[in-house]
Amino acid sequence: MHMIEAIWTSFIASAGFGILFNVPKKAVIPGGICGMVGWLIFEGMSGNSQFDLVLATAMASFVVAAISHLYARIHRMPVIIFSVSGIIPLVPGGGAYDTMRQLVENDYNAAIQLGSQTFLISGAIAFGLVLAGTIIPIILRSQRTVK
Amino acid sequence: MPKNKIEDVMEVCLLAGRLMLQNGAETYRVEDTITRLAQNYNMEAAQVFVTPTAIILSLLEKGKTKDYTKIVRILDRSTDLHVVVLVNDLSRKVANESLSLETAKKELKKIEVTPEAYPTWVQVVAAILVSGCFGLMFKGNWNDFLPATIAGGVGYALFLFSKRYISVRFFSELLAAFFIGLIAKLAITAGIGDQLDKIIIGAVMPLVPGVLITNAVRDLMAGHLVSGISLGAEAMLTAFAIGTGIAFVIVTL
Repeated sequence: MHMIEAIWTSFIASAGFGILFNVPKKAVIPGGICGMVGWLIFEGMSGNSQFDLVLATAMASFVVAAISHLYARIHRMPVIIFSVSGIIPLVPGGGAYDTMRQLVENDYNAAIQLGSQTFLISGAIAFGLVLAGTIIPIILRSQRTVK
Repeated sequence: MPKNKIEDVMEVCLLAGRLMLQNGAETYRVEDTITRLAQNYNMEAAQVFVTPTAIILSLLEKGKTKDYTKIVRILDRSTDLHVVVLVNDLSRKVANESLSLETAKKELKKIEVTPEAYPTWVQVVAAILVSGCFGLMFKGNWNDFLPATIAGGVGYALFLFSKRYISVRFFSELLAAFFIGLIAKLAITAGIGDQLDKIIIGAVMPLVPGVLITNAVRDLMAGHLVSGISLGAEAMLTAFAIGTGIAFVIVTL
């Protein structure tokens, strides 16, 4: 039950974000799929706290970026069109909110703790994106030369 | 083929760059597109420096020794990725079909006035769905779904509406966040929702500068230090606006 809920909520949330960012119509569904896959990986890895949040985020964002690169090849559009909706579920919006909330309630220690984690998570997203951005083109290029 | 005048090449390059940057393309993509365009129009060398608020471009014509430099200020930025795709397609066309300078200029002017890909009401509906779904994803329960959609929809509509009249983005974000907090609080008091935090997080998501933060870190890693730091500052400002709006509700009510 929880699995099914995670699938459709993350799909709608990512596709909806595509619309908020005005992506072309034929990129809305692929963006939703990117977001869904990313969220399932993140939830699967961090769900029972088997893995650290930062590691789970990095892994998920790497996969999202890899799928986005493939979609970008297929549709001949910039990668950002797909990756932007795909990484949205991973973005630490909740963390940023909690940090702010603790700050407002004068609990500075908790705020610094949450803030550092939020910063690390956004770093992990960027890391995943950059890693995929370097590796995937190399793989695609080498395949082309083999043929 | 008639010889391209350097002023025209300059205009096309800068227009393409400005359109991309204003609509949410990454710094490196803008630099890349401008350099390619310049190459395709027979420029000897092109030096381009892109920051979120300005583009500086310096071109050198073949057989000349003096550069020609121009700067463009970017005042307002938003996310309209549809335009980025259109400009990207155009630059691809210039490379593959050697589109003439005149046609490219005309096409870019046409792209500049295309309306947003989705009408406002579709965007608000999207914001409503996004808010509700994020509320559920961050472990809210079904009781929080309805208040999150209402707060998110109203908040985003208010943000879009006030953005037209208030030139300072900070205040429209603050206003939207304030009403989101207010609606969430009222919903809890009326007994419609369970967890205030989950409702607010869900509803605030359409406003959160997540992509800005990530792009900032990415730019920093790629060596675009100036853009990285300024995008980071913009993201901090947005987060601060949202936080202040919500905090105002939580502390005072």
